Amino acid sequence: MKIGVITYPGTLDDRDAQRAVRLAGGTPVPLWHADSDIKKVDAVVLPGGFSYGDYLRCGAIAAKAPATQEVIKLAAQGLPVLGICNGFQVLVESHLLPGGLIRNEHQHFICRDQKLRVENNQTAWTSLFEKDEEITIPLKNGEGGYIANPDTLKMLEEENRVVFRYLDLNPNGSMNDIAGLTNERGNVVGLMPHPEHAVEPGFGPDTPIAMRSGTDGLKFFQSVLKVLVNS
Amino acid sequence: MESRRPTNVDTVLDASQDQSKSQPWKELGLKQDEYESIREILGRRPTSSELAMYSVMWSEHCSYKSSKIYLRQFGEKVTPEMKKDLMVGMGENAGVVDIGEGMAVTFKVESHNHPSYIEPFQGAATGVGGIVRDILTMGARPIAVMDQLRFGAPSDPDTARVVHGVVDGISFYGNCLGLPNIGGETVFDKVYQGNPLVNALAVGAMKHEDLKLAKATNAGDLVILFGARTGADGIGGVSVLASETFADGGPTKRPAVQVGDPFAEKVLIECCLELFEADVVAGIQDLGGAGISCATSELASNGGMGMRVQLQDVLLRDDSLTPEEILMSESQERMMAIVPKKSLKDFEKIVQKWEVEYSVLGEVIDEDRLYINWGDQEIVNVPPRTVAHDGPVYTRPVEYPKYQDALNASSSKSLPRAEDATELATQLLQILSSPNQADKSWITAQYDKYVMGNTALAMPDDAGMVRVNETSGLGITIATDANGKYCQLNPYEGTKQALAEAYRNVAVTGASPKAVTNCLNFGSPENPEVMWQFKEATAGLADGCMELGIPVTGGNVSFYNQTGDVAIYPTPVVGVLGVIDNVARRIPSGWQDDGNNIYLLGTTYDELDGSAWAETIHQHLGGQPPKVDLQKEKQLAELLQGAALQGLIESAHDVSEGGLAVAVAESALRFNVGARIWIEELKDRDQLDDTAALFSESQARVIVTVGREDDVKFQGLCEARGVPVLRIGVTDKESEALSIQGIAEVPLNDVRTGWAKTLPELFG
Repeated sequence: MKIGVITYPGTLDDRDAQRAVRLAGGTPVPLWHADSDIKKVDAVVLPGGFSYGDYLRCGAIAAKAPATQEVIKLAAQGLPVLGICNGFQVLVESHLLPGGLIRNEHQHFICRDQKLRVENNQTAWTSLFEKDEEITIPLKNGEGGYIANPDTLKMLEEENRVVFRYLDLNPNGSMNDIAGLTNERGNVVGLMPHPEHAVEPGFGPDTPIAMRSGTDGLKFFQSVLKVLVNS
Repeated sequence: MESRRPTNVDTVLDASQDQSKSQPWKELGLKQDEYESIREILGRRPTSSELAMYSVMWSEHCSYKSSKIYLRQFGEKVTPEMKKDLMVGMGENAGVVDIGEGMAVTFKVESHNHPSYIEPFQGAATGVGGIVRDILTMGARPIAVMDQLRFGAPSDPDTARVVHGVVDGISFYGNCLGLPNIGGETVFDKVYQGNPLVNALAVGAMKHEDLKLAKATNAGDLVILFGARTGADGIGGVSVLASETFADGGPTKRPAVQVGDPFAEKVLIECCLELFEADVVAGIQDLGGAGISCATSELASNGGMGMRVQLQDVLLRDDSLTPEEILMSESQERMMAIVPKKSLKDFEKIVQKWEVEYSVLGEVIDEDRLYINWGDQEIVNVPPRTVAHDGPVYTRPVEYPKYQDALNASSSKSLPRAEDATELATQLLQILSSPNQADKSWITAQYDKYVMGNTALAMPDDAGMVRVNETSGLGITIATDANGKYCQLNPYEGTKQALAEAYRNVAVTGASPKAVTNCLNFGSPENPEVMWQFKEATAGLADGCMELGIPVTGGNVSFYNQTGDVAIYPTPVVGVLGVIDNVARRIPSGWQDDGNNIYLLGTTYDELDGSAWAETIHQHLGGQPPKVDLQKEKQLAELLQGAALQGLIESAHDVSEGGLAVAVAESALRFNVGARIWIEELKDRDQLDDTAALFSESQARVIVTVGREDDVKFQGLCEARGVPVLRIGVTDKESEALSIQGIAEVPLNDVRTGWAKTLPELFG
């Protein structure tokens, strides 16, 4: 299965996302922002970073890139799409997901091992998780505060479209402790924390068992591969 | 729009015709005799553009004119064995070390102290940017950064301004570059109040065959400037800012600080790596201090060639800039490439892909001359070597400081020590929550340590470790240390101690120390007492490296760190690079398992002079720093490597500032695993009282934990290698407390609360 990873100017975690795809058993395909040919991939990851420096609203310029435009088109037909951190911001700016992401409430960039609850395991990227499973993956962002108007929040909650919620500590002031969302169809998922940094023992978050041994992020990529194989 | 380009410029012709014109050499930071020798070299007065170039390149920051005679010993006090793995030594942008498997690493630390005081955010941000470009020019992909910070007293109202700005600046720039920040140091002391230290370290990795040197060796190759446009920021940063002392009431120096754009730098990194990969450049030089003056003269001088440059082809942000300003500008995110003519098309294709602007400025010529034209007027005509490498060299007067004997005589022996267990316990918590020993995660949590996915160790561990080869697990470790207080007491021993501690911090991770870099932060070289400190410190470092058998690969000197007449403590930051064949074998610094035996390796002496205890409990500094025995450090490091290889130890943590008590608390807090500790045997064996046992800062000591099944084997190993070993406790997961027999039993949560709240309360 081929999973594309888009690189925008200023993208940082593209190689990490490619590694995660490989460790999960997929074939990563590097995609270039300026190229509307997304090489017939079976799914796409929009990785983290600071596309175009994020000097405008985060993700706003990347949302207009030819590769993103193609992804928007194909997402409507069911292409699985995962937006991580800056990728989540791109999905929001592309209107594939509702709401917005603003400067962290405490005004600082924050990097920490973040506990999350999986609220919805019916999406393309979470099918291998148990409902309500508690996982820990790294979080690192400066503008991760999720906001939406009351109607949107209500809709998201009622339709079970909140996929991940922050546990123990809300690191950025996100409304309803929202860490990640999905679209109506469940093929598009965006979240601020970084599953691709918790895929390999020795390089992930600390666990109670051993230092840096957390691999909870791997299931994101295994989930989508399973969905693709079964479809 | 009408061009605002200056037309009335000072040409070489003008300079030969009008010899008597008065020139602002003093304002540009030159001394009278330096100005005279420029006139002698040229056989006429310099043009204003030439004067600008010489003034920045002959500044202390660029020319190392006061330090050169001492830095030579790093190249002299070496054995062939030490140079075995050194692919590029001192003098290049950064040293390069062979780490095996066909891989090499390059690392360097540099200061950005003065800009970071004036404009903390941009000063610190561009400090990161500059060092990363240095690494890049060697052909390496940057893989990690670290930073060494010294701030004023936490209680001073100005400290928060500097702390916030510096940490935000590093966070903003480093995170946006996508380089993991894997460690560093933060120290508070009032001596840094008016002159904080912001040092930044970067490390990069490459295959042997990808090594590049920045030089122009082929006549006819093109000289291309690419990256950001040149603006009016950072003009004369190295001369008027970095090479002079701050004085009260002087004009603001803010325009001399550069402004950074990390996005432009990230794009530039990827662009340069692609240019190297495609083999379309002969060499790339970064534009940092001294801008175009430095890049043109150094590229030409390094290659033994000359260069012809059209300065009006430089892309500008502001077309009213004068040629002098263009030559001196330190605008960030710029690079200069030497490109063979036949590769120009391929070069253009790659820079256009990354949407990086570029302009061809001229070409390399086979003549010992750097010609720079402004339109059809010649404004520079100099031998490049006289600008880049043959600057003045000074043997500054050296004088033993008047205060030194009294400072050394004022030993901590006279200070009252704790009288009972309660007082000891209170002192321990006081030291742990003091700003210098307290939890630094308020700072480090603002840095991305995960990006690139290769970080095996990062703060709060003793050293940072990253994997270099994903297949084999080959990795590198870096630790940096400096103790300004020790160096004030004894710069020779103090610098050796910094080396010893960084070496030990690498060793406790299971890696084998390989090479050394440094950033020597001192006061004014025009003060003979400061020069004495510098002379002692460099001798200490060179002798130490010789004894440990690891070479200095490069470094940086930062002088003029003082406010008025008051210099900072000598602060020689020493960085040690280690290699580990598989990062999976790394040793954690904290305890994770229950029932492991805790051993103290090494001997404890009653050494409290310059300690955290003396500072926190008694606000005292005096006496002599702890003795350094590098043979013992070597034995200890070899023992740790052996034990790591056999998988005998579960954790290892360096014992340094705050002594055994602080080391034990840090190991417990790392993963929230408590312990029962006893110190009676230690006191008996090493003839110590409670205070010395807990807080002495004797060197060559490490605490390790060992699983019961490996106990006998481990003790045997210690005996065989002659390292003193003593069981001082056992880890106790259930208790969730730190118990020191006969002194205190404190719930870990209480220990953590005091330790963790200090920085957020001060700066949060």
